[in-house]
Amino acid sequence: MSPLLEVRNLSVAYGAIEAVRDISFSVEEGQIVSLIGANGAGKTTTLRTISGLLRPTRGEVLFRGRPIHRQAAHEILASGIAHCPEGRRLFGRMTVEENLQLGAYVRNDTGIEADMQRVYELFPVLGERRQNKAGLFSGGEQQMLAIGRAMMSKPKLLMLDEPSMGLSPIMTQRIFDTIKELQADGTTILLVEQNALAALALSDRGYVIDLGSTTLEGPGLDLLADQRVRAAYLGEG
Amino acid sequence: MTTLLQQLVYGLILGGTVGLIALGYTMVYGIVQLINFAHGEIFMVGAFGALATFTWVIPEGVKGTWYITLPLMVIAGAVVSMVIALIIERLAYKPLRNAPRLAPLITALGVSVALKEAVRIWYPGATAPLPFPKEFLTGSIELGSILIPKTGLLIIVVAVVLTVLLQVYINTSRMGRAMRATAQDPDTARLMGINPDRTIVLTFAIGAVLAGVAGVLYGVHINNISIDIGFQNGIFAFTAAVLGGIGSIRGAVIGGFVIGLVKTIAGQYFPGGTQYDYVWIFVVLIAVLVFRPQGLFGETERVRA
Repeated sequence: MSPLLEVRNLSVAYGAIEAVRDISFSVEEGQIVSLIGANGAGKTTTLRTISGLLRPTRGEVLFRGRPIHRQAAHEILASGIAHCPEGRRLFGRMTVEENLQLGAYVRNDTGIEADMQRVYELFPVLGERRQNKAGLFSGGEQQMLAIGRAMMSKPKLLMLDEPSMGLSPIMTQRIFDTIKELQADGTTILLVEQNALAALALSDRGYVIDLGSTTLEGPGLDLLADQRVRAAYLGEG
Repeated sequence: MTTLLQQLVYGLILGGTVGLIALGYTMVYGIVQLINFAHGEIFMVGAFGALATFTWVIPEGVKGTWYITLPLMVIAGAVVSMVIALIIERLAYKPLRNAPRLAPLITALGVSVALKEAVRIWYPGATAPLPFPKEFLTGSIELGSILIPKTGLLIIVVAVVLTVLLQVYINTSRMGRAMRATAQDPDTARLMGINPDRTIVLTFAIGAVLAGVAGVLYGVHINNISIDIGFQNGIFAFTAAVLGGIGSIRGAVIGGFVIGLVKTIAGQYFPGGTQYDYVWIFVVLIAVLVFRPQGLFGETERVRA
């Protein structure tokens, strides 16, 4: 069986600058896979290419065995990949409810209202203030909304870019617990994190990206035990 | 006192026309950050489309029946404006979507000249002002000592009603949400599954329909049209959009009314009279921009990361 998502020899450039060089990895259905690596290693660029915001210079992206790297972003979302971008990127002048409705933009089934209630149950603070403008919420609350919004499209694959960025340790734990719950509900997750320790502890599989290419890969806990990873990303050695 | 009130009425009529055009400027700017300088000519084209329909399409027998003729002309004007605007968007602006901002801006100026010259060359008799039909909806409503022309009242009512409808559409409908999302953050809007091209086309279409309707009502009210009406009213409308805060629906229409009132009041009471009324419009614009650079209802621009 082919993996849900497969990235093969992907290279992406901004003009003359190559941000991602020859990255390959795959995500099996039902797994949590994390990409870790230092700032500027090309993790965000990789996600933005998978979701169709950027075009690769070389290589391909296969989703359920079909190439998607030439499709437009809105088509890729509709085919089942949701991307919760770095910095959350909520529509700050719109309400919580409107942000969630936008998350469900491509759907026209009758379950939208029920799914919105599910987000409110998962994150009660959003339910209580559903008519408030998203821009007024704290960082952690905004991250909850960003994840809730991405869930509203009912994706097969959810890509989360730095969900713990700028959050307190308690809030980070909440977010990671939520990611686990989403996996338990059947969503496959591709996680990009600088917080390598927390990300790898959670992941079925991890890939270390360095200077634009994949350097190490393996099950999350194995990577966590790897001396090179500990030295480079966990401040040991 | 009577003179003042009468001038206020004229100001509101002009304001309604300007406001309807200004909506197109503000919506298009909000979504693609383009000052669509061809938009004034879309208003002009709408008026000519309606006149052509009246002259060559509507049968002789019903031309005097205003409740048949007027709606037909309004629809024709709106459709002609919309079709032309969508052709322009497709051929002139879309290829420049990712070009530096100056490129589409200059293109818009070129398109505006081209449209005006096209009408001058191909519309029979358009080298001079043409009479616009006035068989219908003549006369005025007397309110005490002031007169409100029926055609003028129609402009004011239509401007207010369409603005309210537009606000409701943008604030509550699915496509309206998509338009706001695209305006706020185009990339993230794409991540929601919103097709930016469709949203942009819809925005141009709505703006053009409003301008086309304004063009027809303007013709009916003034009773003659020329190829120059687009430039003149377009500049007023652009100023109104900036004054009200470009990107703001409410701001565009209120800006339109402010400009209409300033022009008529200044023309009546200020030194120089109607010879200098334009000057006062821009004095007000400058004064507003000095103290509120984002315009009356504009949001302060935030630089995106």
